[in-house]
Amino acid sequence: MSKLIFEKDIKGSNKFSLPPCDVPQVEISQHIPEKYLRQEELNLPELSEIETVRHFTELSHQAYGVDDGFYPLGSCTMKYNPKINEWAASLPGFTGLHPYQPVDTVQGAMELMYNTQEMLCEITGMDAMTLQPAAGAHGEMTGVMTIKAYHQRNKDVKRTKIIVPDSAHGTNPASAHVVGYEVVEVKSDDRGLVDIDDLREKMNDEVAGFMLTNPNTLGLFEEHIKDIAAIVHNAGGLLYYDGANLNAVMGVSRPGDMGFDIVHLNLHKTFSTPHGGGGPGSGPVGVKAFLADFLPIPVVVKEADKYIFDYDRPLSIGKIKEFYGNFGVVIKTYAYLRSLGAEGIREASQNAVLNANYIRNKLKDYYYIPFDRLCKHEFVASSRNQVKENGVTTLDVAKRLMDFGYHPPTVYFPLIVEEALMIEPTETESKERLDTFIDALVEIAREAKEKPELVKSAPHTTIIKRVDEVTAARKPVVKWED
Amino acid sequence: MKYTPNPPAVVEDMLHSLGLNTIDGLYTDIPEELKINGLNLPSGLSEIELRKEIKRLAGENLSTEDYPCFLGAGAYDHYIPAALTELLGRSEFYTAYTPYQPEISQGILQSIFEYQTLICRLTGMDVVNASMYDGASALAEAAKLAALSTKREKILVPDTVHPEYLQVLKTYSLSGAMEIVVVPGKNGVADTEAMVAQIDKSVAGVIIQQPNFYGNLEAPEEIVQAVHSNKGLFVMCADPISMAIFKTPAKWGADIVVGEGQPLGNSLNFGGPYLGFFASTSKLLRRIPGRIVGQTADEDGKRAFVLTLQAREQHIRREKALSNICSNQALCALAATIYLTLVGPEGLKEIAVRSHQLAVYAQNQLEKAGFALKYQAPYFREFAIKLDDPAGANKRLLENGIIGGYELEDGMLLAFTEKRTKEEIDKLVAVLGGEKHE
Repeated sequence: MSKLIFEKDIKGSNKFSLPPCDVPQVEISQHIPEKYLRQEELNLPELSEIETVRHFTELSHQAYGVDDGFYPLGSCTMKYNPKINEWAASLPGFTGLHPYQPVDTVQGAMELMYNTQEMLCEITGMDAMTLQPAAGAHGEMTGVMTIKAYHQRNKDVKRTKIIVPDSAHGTNPASAHVVGYEVVEVKSDDRGLVDIDDLREKMNDEVAGFMLTNPNTLGLFEEHIKDIAAIVHNAGGLLYYDGANLNAVMGVSRPGDMGFDIVHLNLHKTFSTPHGGGGPGSGPVGVKAFLADFLPIPVVVKEADKYIFDYDRPLSIGKIKEFYGNFGVVIKTYAYLRSLGAEGIREASQNAVLNANYIRNKLKDYYYIPFDRLCKHEFVASSRNQVKENGVTTLDVAKRLMDFGYHPPTVYFPLIVEEALMIEPTETESKERLDTFIDALVEIAREAKEKPELVKSAPHTTIIKRVDEVTAARKPVVKWED
Repeated sequence: MKYTPNPPAVVEDMLHSLGLNTIDGLYTDIPEELKINGLNLPSGLSEIELRKEIKRLAGENLSTEDYPCFLGAGAYDHYIPAALTELLGRSEFYTAYTPYQPEISQGILQSIFEYQTLICRLTGMDVVNASMYDGASALAEAAKLAALSTKREKILVPDTVHPEYLQVLKTYSLSGAMEIVVVPGKNGVADTEAMVAQIDKSVAGVIIQQPNFYGNLEAPEEIVQAVHSNKGLFVMCADPISMAIFKTPAKWGADIVVGEGQPLGNSLNFGGPYLGFFASTSKLLRRIPGRIVGQTADEDGKRAFVLTLQAREQHIRREKALSNICSNQALCALAATIYLTLVGPEGLKEIAVRSHQLAVYAQNQLEKAGFALKYQAPYFREFAIKLDDPAGANKRLLENGIIGGYELEDGMLLAFTEKRTKEEIDKLVAVLGGEKHE
């Protein structure tokens, strides 16, 4: 536990300074009437530069990133974030660009945006792409707005529902809802796939679209995707691809060929840009040609040898963010795509799938695996047996993994699997890493039998133990008070 | 360059452990007709080649690092201390996921708690979330919150708010949860009379940007009074640097405060990633969007931080969540936290005052050269002048090594930060003057 910056406040210790002022030093009150001025003291802490540096360095030691160790968070694709990408995004020729500079002065940035759009279109099988959404959920919202704008354009106003599978990410129903849709859930069948009969029953002329992740959140490829697309399209709906799991199929199969009309991507998952402790991400949205006119403005287009921003798009849903998106994140994706190239992108997905299957196969004698067959980039295990036999839950297993030096997998998701442990290793992990992780989970399974208390009281090696979340929510303390 | 570590022989062993001979065996669940035969993309590059390509692209841009920039309009060229860049480059921070596991994420959780406290102190508000995508989307979420919490739909907003924010508001209103009514401003500020005349019990909230898009300070006392007496909410979209010296949004009577946090230590980055901050009164705590960090204790009673009030969020509430936000701009919020700590209270005030002083100097010099302000309201660090041919003026400025201002219909919006100098301003005025007297 570290002191807060507010507890390190020493008046007069901050020596930050500006250059000498070379214009007349007018008093603020000279030009600004009193009523506009701040009345109370600006109560910010004062720290010296060295204490500031030590403070945040100390905090960094109490964080866990991909660079610190294995991060098998299902659905999050915590792959290695190549350092050359960070270098690229830090160049003054990018960081120092004001968004309203004349386009003639930012042609390099616009070329990078344009080429990234083109490459993402090729990978997804889409015809047009916007880089404007700031994150995956923002991309979902943009995609669902596109669905709405499309139906409105066709005067098809009966469509008030969006279907999502019961295994969907929480953002899917939330995104559909914030765009004003009623959410209808479709069941999964006993193989963990969309229940086609249930979908057929729920699909009608009141449904605007179906949001699907493929492979789904169980890590299973929706084998009947062509049938699913036909059912949705025949009833006049649009098929939406949640790109959270694209890392399974890049260069192997494309959502556009599967029948999806709209795709959102997570550059901070599939395309190697770091998660930043919760952001910034980037959530580009790709569409088939018949939806291109609805994308947010502006669109980067190429005219002769020049790149321009096209704002003249009357059918566009408008703007969903200031300026052009998280450009600094897009740079990293561009570098990643150029680095890997066509073959490297395909190999990345292949190895991600190989790593997931390797772990699944080695764990099946120790943990219940509800859908124990060929998976894609991730799979879901369960602590169901541990709970039944020794009262050790998935949460306990997750916490105990920290003692072995690992970030836990995603837990209790998808909701359709009890005591779920969702494991996504990504392609950037070596067999040795996977083996030691497997060993740790096997050891924890043994501990659960022989000394369950050890697991139930984990973690034992972290700087704090489990926290009281109930009090935190009941009596919220969300800022420091001296 | 590839980042897959396993040598071919190991890949083969792993495949054998699964009873497979080829890597294609991993994809037998995908129908053959849906498989593609490779991607039509360039081949991979070595790091040496990639570095050349990236340098070529960066080199084709004209950076504010090399040319003085008088563009503001929602993104400001403030100085970023070297220590900030170094600290933000620590990969424990930038390669971490959202801190869902508090035992190994105290550093990130504490930094967010510090961020929340700093923004509370800057705005004067009670609670702050962990961040939003940017100022515009934060404003749209604020408007939506006003609509949902008052169970009304109408949001009044003057056209003195940033035009892109207005566009984002309109796009978000596609949800049907709110109706955006734009009220024309007067003399570069909100038209108080027109606004007040439209405020009644059907109005969920009123938005005021401070300073507004034209750099002018708004005086919303009567608007605030009208909206509160009709039980609507007052939403303020405020510049974070300005709050060091100007009246806090809380003192103006704001119920929700949002804004673009980019000026707090985030690079211009061609428009992103930036930082939307979102603050409110404690009354709205359980309804605000996004993540919130709370203080609690661990089993041994040690102080600890944790993501709290998650029952509001999409991963718990699914379609009942008030917002769908998941990933936010955590690293940009960390930049703001480090920035505010590095410059301190005196530094922040000095930055605000200096920016204002340089703007006042520029105004005086421009007036001496025969230019006139477009509006007469008090301003912070940005103002508009009248100009017949702003595009022509900007072209001339660029030829003289200056990135000019934001082009208005019959004028130009000029912004000044502490990075600008007397010399740069004198040159700006001289080149603009040349244009004018042609």
